[in-house]
Amino acid sequence: MKHLLATDGLDPDQARSILDTADELKKTLLGREVRKLPTLRGRTVITMFYENSTRTRVSFEIAGKWMSADVINVSAGGSSVGKGESLRDTALTLAAAGADCVIVRHPASGAAHRLAGWLADAGTSVVNAGDGMHEHPTQALLDAATLRERLGELKGRRVAIVGDVLHSRVARSNIHLLAALGAEVVLVAPPTLLPAGVETLPVTVSHELDAELPAVDAVMMLRVQAERMHGGFFPSAREYSITYGLNEKRLKLLPEHAVVMHPGPMLRGMEIASVVADAPSSAITEQVRNGVHVRMAVLYHLLAGEEDKTA
Amino acid sequence: MSDQVLIKGARIYGEGDPVDVLVANGVIREIGAAIGSAPDAEVIDAKGQVLLPGFVDLHTHLREPGREDTETIETGSAAAAIGGYTAVFAMANTDPVADNAVIVEHVWRRGREVGLVDVHPVGAVTVGLNGQKLAELGTMAKSAANVRVFSDDGHCVDDPLIMRRALEYSTSLGVVVAQHAEEPRLTVGAQANEGVQASRLGYAGWPASAEESIVARDCILAKHAGARLHICHVSTAGTVDVLRWAKDRGTEVSAEVTPHHLLLTDDRLATYDPVNKVNPPLRTAGDATRLRAALAEGVIDCVATDHAPHAVQDKDCEWAAARPGMLGLQTALSVITETMVRTGLLDWRGVARVMSERPAEIAGLPDQGRPLETGEPANLVLVDPDAEWTVRGAELASVAANTPYEGMRLPGVVTLTLLRGRVTAREGKIG
Repeated sequence: MKHLLATDGLDPDQARSILDTADELKKTLLGREVRKLPTLRGRTVITMFYENSTRTRVSFEIAGKWMSADVINVSAGGSSVGKGESLRDTALTLAAAGADCVIVRHPASGAAHRLAGWLADAGTSVVNAGDGMHEHPTQALLDAATLRERLGELKGRRVAIVGDVLHSRVARSNIHLLAALGAEVVLVAPPTLLPAGVETLPVTVSHELDAELPAVDAVMMLRVQAERMHGGFFPSAREYSITYGLNEKRLKLLPEHAVVMHPGPMLRGMEIASVVADAPSSAITEQVRNGVHVRMAVLYHLLAGEEDKTA
Repeated sequence: MSDQVLIKGARIYGEGDPVDVLVANGVIREIGAAIGSAPDAEVIDAKGQVLLPGFVDLHTHLREPGREDTETIETGSAAAAIGGYTAVFAMANTDPVADNAVIVEHVWRRGREVGLVDVHPVGAVTVGLNGQKLAELGTMAKSAANVRVFSDDGHCVDDPLIMRRALEYSTSLGVVVAQHAEEPRLTVGAQANEGVQASRLGYAGWPASAEESIVARDCILAKHAGARLHICHVSTAGTVDVLRWAKDRGTEVSAEVTPHHLLLTDDRLATYDPVNKVNPPLRTAGDATRLRAALAEGVIDCVATDHAPHAVQDKDCEWAAARPGMLGLQTALSVITETMVRTGLLDWRGVARVMSERPAEIAGLPDQGRPLETGEPANLVLVDPDAEWTVRGAELASVAANTPYEGMRLPGVVTLTLLRGRVTAREGKIG
C-alpha cells in the first residue's frame, strides 16, 4: 500500500490486515509504561492540516511518535500556506525537505488524491485525514476496529448512520468500509441531508429513527455542523433533535449489545443526549483510543516496507 | 500570396462528385467540374475532401483585455482559424468587462488588425456582469463594433425583472440576449453535476434543475416580451424538453451545445483533475445522448465551443480552487465528427448547419454561413473527414493548454480555412 486516500475501492483483505495490525499493536502496548516502538525510527511524517482539528491531528501525531517517527506539524496558519502558496508547491516543498509521509486534511474534496499525484515522483506516501465532503478513511477504520472489539466480525451486522450524511466524509468512508466488511448499513436522515444518487450506494435509507433502532447492532451519530442549522436543511435545531437525536428514550429501543458511536466533536443535547454519550453502550472514548492504534497500523503498512500480500 | 485560390477536387458538403472551386476577390467566382484556366490562382489539391462554409462560434473567451497570460485576441484568432472558424463571438467577461462601447470597439479593432477571423465582441447585459443594472446596450449596438449578441456569460442574469427588461429593450435593437442559465441560489459552492458521481467523490452538486428552471423562466419571459432569446451551453436532457416545449409554442428561442457536453461525461471526475471542471458541469451519459439527438433534430440549433483558456496554476490545483472551463476552438470539428458524423446523426450538410449557418443566422451575420454558390462570400473550410490526429495541449495555438482531450485520437482534420477568399490557416498552421 502506497497511500491511504479512501475506503471506496479499498481491498477488504487490506482493510482487515490494517485492523489486525492495529489489534496487535494495541495488545503489544497494553500495560506498558513506555509506549514506544522503534519501527519507524528515522522516518519523517508531516501532518498538513488546512482545517482546524484537534483530535485527528493529535491522534496521528501520537501514532507517529509511538512508532518513533519524527513527526512535524504544519498548519495552514503557521507556514507559507498563509502567504498564498499553492497546495502543490507546499507539498513538493515538504517532500523535497524529506517527508516520507504526508498526512493531509483539506477543505477541498480530492485534495489528498491530487497530492498523491503530485508526489508520485518523490515517492512520498499520502494519508487522507479528511478531504472536503469526500472521505476520512482512518475514521472509518477506527470505527471498524471499535465495532470488531465490541461485536466480533462485522459480516451480517447492521449499522445505522444517523444525521448529516450529505456533508459527511465520515459517513462516506464508513459506508464503503462497512459494506466491504460485509455489514449492512441503514442511513437515517432527512431527505435534505442525503446525497443525490443515494439509491446507488450499498445502503438502505430511512427517515424513522425509532423504527430502525431495535434491529441494529450499532448506531453512528453524525455531528450536525452549525452552518447547516442556518442553511435551511431542517426547520430548527429543536425539530432535528426531536426527530433524529439519540436521547435516553431511544437508547432503550436499542438491543442490549448495541454500540453507540460518534466521531466527535459532539454537540451534547443536539444529536446526542449527554446521558447517552456517557452510557455503557457508548464507545466514544474507545473510538479515540483505537484511533491511535489504527493510525499506527496505517503508518506501519505505508512506511515499514513489509512485503504486502494484498498490494 | 495570390488573391485567387483554386480548390481542385473538393466535395461540396461532402456530397456528389469532386468539383473545382475558384475563389477571387473574396467571393466564390466559379464552381465547375474542371476549371482549367486560372493562371494567377494558388492551386490547392483538395483530394476529395469536404468543403463547408467557415464555422461561426457564438461563444468564445479570448481573455483580452485582462488575462493575456492565458489567451490574446491574436492567439485565440489563430486557434479559431486553425479550427476552421471564420467568425467568433468574444464573451464579455474580460477585465475590464465589455460592458461599454470603448471595450467592445477595442476588441473589434484588435480582431480586425489580427485579421485571421472576424472577431465580434459580445456586450455585457448588465454593468460589470453584476446582474443589477442594464449596460448601455444601444450604445454598444450602434458602436463601430456593431454588437449583435449580449450576454453576462459566466454569470446568469438571475433577477427576473432585469432579464425581462433586457429582453424587452433588445427588441428595439434587433439584437439577441444569450443567457448563461444557472439559478445561483441552487448552485452555491457547486463543483460538479449533482448525481451519483459527485456524491461518491464528495463534490457539492450543480443540479440540472438550476439550468432548467432558468431556461423555462426565460422562455416564458421572451415569449411575453416578443423578444429573441439564446440559451448558452445547454447541458441537460431536461433543458432539451423545455426548449422543445417553448419552440412548439412559438417562442423565438435558440440554443447552443458545446462539443465537450456531447462527448465527455461526469465519469471524468474520478481523477479529481480540474481540466475536467467546466460550467455548466459535465453531465451524465444519458444527458450527452439526449443532447446529441436534440442537435441532430434541431431542438438545439448549433454548436458553440465555450473555448475557455486558463493558466496552469488555475488548473493544476485542488478541484475546488480551479477555474471552470476548457479549450475548444481547435478540437470542435473533430469532436463533432466523432459524436455526430461517425454516429450517423449528422451528414456534412448538417455539420454546416450547426457549425456555420445557424450560428450566423442567430447572430445576424450577413456574410457568414452562406450557401456554397457562385457569388457568395468565400468564407470556407476544407475538412479531411478520414484523417485522425492526436490532441496535445502544448501544440495548440492558444497560450493556455487546458484541453480535456489531451492524448486522445480524434477524427476530422481542418486542412484549409479561407476568410473572404484569403487563406488564414492550413494543415494546423496559420496562413
